[in-house]
Amino acid sequence: MNRREAIERVALLMGGAVIGSEFFLSGCKPAETQVKDLFDAEHVAYMNEVADTILPDTKTPGAKAANVGQFMAVMVRDCYTPEDQKVFVKGLSKLDDACDKKFGKKFMACDAKQRTALLVQLDNEQKEYNKVKKPDEPNHYFRMMKELTLLGYFTSEVGCTKAMRYVPIPGKYVGEIPYKKGDRAWALV
Amino acid sequence: MANNTYDAIVVGSGISGGWAAKELTQKGLKTLMLERGRNVEHVKDYVTASKAPWELEHRGSRTQQMVDDHPVLKRDYVLNEANVNYWVNEKESPYVENKPFDWFRAYQVGGRSLLWGRQSYRWHNSDFEANAKDGIAVDWPIRYQDIAPWYSYAEKFAGISGNRDGVPILPDGDFMPPMDMNIVEKDVAARLKKHYKGERHMIIGRTANITVPHEGRTNCQFRNKCWLGCMFGAYFSTQSATLPAAQATGNLTLRPFSIVTRVIYDKDTKKAKGVEVLDAETNKTYEYYAKIIFLNASTLNTAWILMNSATDIWPGGLGSSSGELGHNLMDHHFRIGATGTAEGYEDKYYFGRRANGIYVPRYRNLNGEKRDYIRGYGYQGRAGRETWSRDIPEMSIGGDFKDELSEPGKWAMSLGGFGETLPYHENRCYIDKDKKDKWGLPVLAMDAEIKDNELKMRIDMMNDAKEMLEAGGLKDVKTFNNTYNLGGGIHEMGTARMGRDPKTSVLNEWNQVWDAKNVFVTDGACMTSAACQNPSLTYMALTARAVDHAVSESKKLNV
Repeated sequence: MNRREAIERVALLMGGAVIGSEFFLSGCKPAETQVKDLFDAEHVAYMNEVADTILPDTKTPGAKAANVGQFMAVMVRDCYTPEDQKVFVKGLSKLDDACDKKFGKKFMACDAKQRTALLVQLDNEQKEYNKVKKPDEPNHYFRMMKELTLLGYFTSEVGCTKAMRYVPIPGKYVGEIPYKKGDRAWALV
Repeated sequence: MANNTYDAIVVGSGISGGWAAKELTQKGLKTLMLERGRNVEHVKDYVTASKAPWELEHRGSRTQQMVDDHPVLKRDYVLNEANVNYWVNEKESPYVENKPFDWFRAYQVGGRSLLWGRQSYRWHNSDFEANAKDGIAVDWPIRYQDIAPWYSYAEKFAGISGNRDGVPILPDGDFMPPMDMNIVEKDVAARLKKHYKGERHMIIGRTANITVPHEGRTNCQFRNKCWLGCMFGAYFSTQSATLPAAQATGNLTLRPFSIVTRVIYDKDTKKAKGVEVLDAETNKTYEYYAKIIFLNASTLNTAWILMNSATDIWPGGLGSSSGELGHNLMDHHFRIGATGTAEGYEDKYYFGRRANGIYVPRYRNLNGEKRDYIRGYGYQGRAGRETWSRDIPEMSIGGDFKDELSEPGKWAMSLGGFGETLPYHENRCYIDKDKKDKWGLPVLAMDAEIKDNELKMRIDMMNDAKEMLEAGGLKDVKTFNNTYNLGGGIHEMGTARMGRDPKTSVLNEWNQVWDAKNVFVTDGACMTSAACQNPSLTYMALTARAVDHAVSESKKLNV
């Protein structure tokens, strides 16, 4: 990548402070804990279901098919500060608590419709929270989950080759081709 | 002793060092190229170049370990999971910042030629005249006509793609076919031409990516992964271009892990005899001898070597008799500009990943215009459609959200300025004897910053970007002005400037150290001013020119 373009990508195409871009800008932070200390297989399965509710199967496979739960575990282990790790891990129970309050049962016991309703609610909550959040205040756990889900999915083999179009060696550049709504995006820029 | 003697020694293997080695060996000189870092073999060692995004564990993101290991590189986007192995180990090689200074180093064969941005622009004659006209610093000892044939020479071998745009301030070169602008860039360029009545131009970038096969290299495949190393050899680097050419002569010896600690100066002949090398792996010291020595260690490390050399004669080092060694440190200031979105192109897209953008050549302070600062700036930018990472405030989560993000978003365009910094005597680096690197060598301290002229220029850089995007038809235009530290442009220049007088400059018109005429400096250290164009093409041309002079003088026994 041309490094000029990298700036633009971060500033513009990646949408500034939006999902994923902070990893490119500020980097991931210290973490000493192993995945196994933070998460077990049950957690990964749970995170896969959360991710799959954020990005479900449509005409293309969803986040679970890309094993985004595992990706989240790796990223939280290697790239999050201890503070963010705590927020994230606590967030897994908070999410379940919110679910229990709303539907009287755990997230894993809910059907797809209930899961979606809950996560729409949590997404609104994190959006409101971020509107007034000060830089030194903790991140919202659901924003983390959503960010990691998008980054994990759209850089996965499933996301790149099924949801989008992946051309490893384009061989040429054509500055104008027709586009119609519904055509998938190129997987890389 | 005999085994340690060569016709020429080149210190450094980046863009200018590679060129020096190619030119010297092709002229028949047995040449030793010294590189302080490890070897990186073309293609074989480009370990991430052919990986798909999902084959990187963190998908390119930085880990805690990377951030810990790179306290300076972490400041900017340049460091990522895919190219981390190409950047210096900052714990082994610290430096001191009296004022914030971003020094992004790559210690390996090929240096930063593997990582560079590849934008390649000639200077204009007015750039060489500027210091004299403004009465600042010292005059360049050369003019455009001195370097023009060498620009052609460098372009023809390196392979620069570009359009012959006929923009007066930005001389056309010997180009390969240009890359395409996309539809939005084309339309914006046309609108700007009309709006500014031909006084401002938006052109396709001129880049060292070959667009037709050349010298055994495959043309660009539009993968946009240049700085991982290219298995097609499609962008100019030491590995893809100058090193194989030098090796083909049979005259090159490449020695990695070789830290040059000083030039060995002979006060009787007033010339250098050779260099002293500290082996970075064994910590053993060696001496190598040659008639001709090229210092291409990159601007600041070249200054460091000179400061460490001949200190028994000159306490400040070889070249310090002028009082200018280490001074006049420059860069290009940037991280400022504007972005906007384009409407009416929803039925258009593009194919391929173009490792190049558009360029707006300098237009300020020309043709009699006088702003409240001197010199000028150019812009780089591009238009494209937003990706999955865009914000869609009206959507939350779920299937529609996913399907929407799987499609391209709005068209957007950005312009980012690159401004000239002036050569201030007080902007300098020096050796801090109190701090040592892994090998016990004293490190550099940086004491430099941008000043009033640059700060005033930045106001124009930001406002003009907005004005031009709006004139180009973009909507919702927003400016940005991010923190910039000197050095962050990764265009370090100055510290051993060329000039006409040994009392005020370190090098003469042929890049020879005044105080040791067989020592040549042709990396960024030699620059007398910075202009606003990306500098590497000028280093290539100056290097080829200097080697030509060195060898012809050597034959006449003048060197």
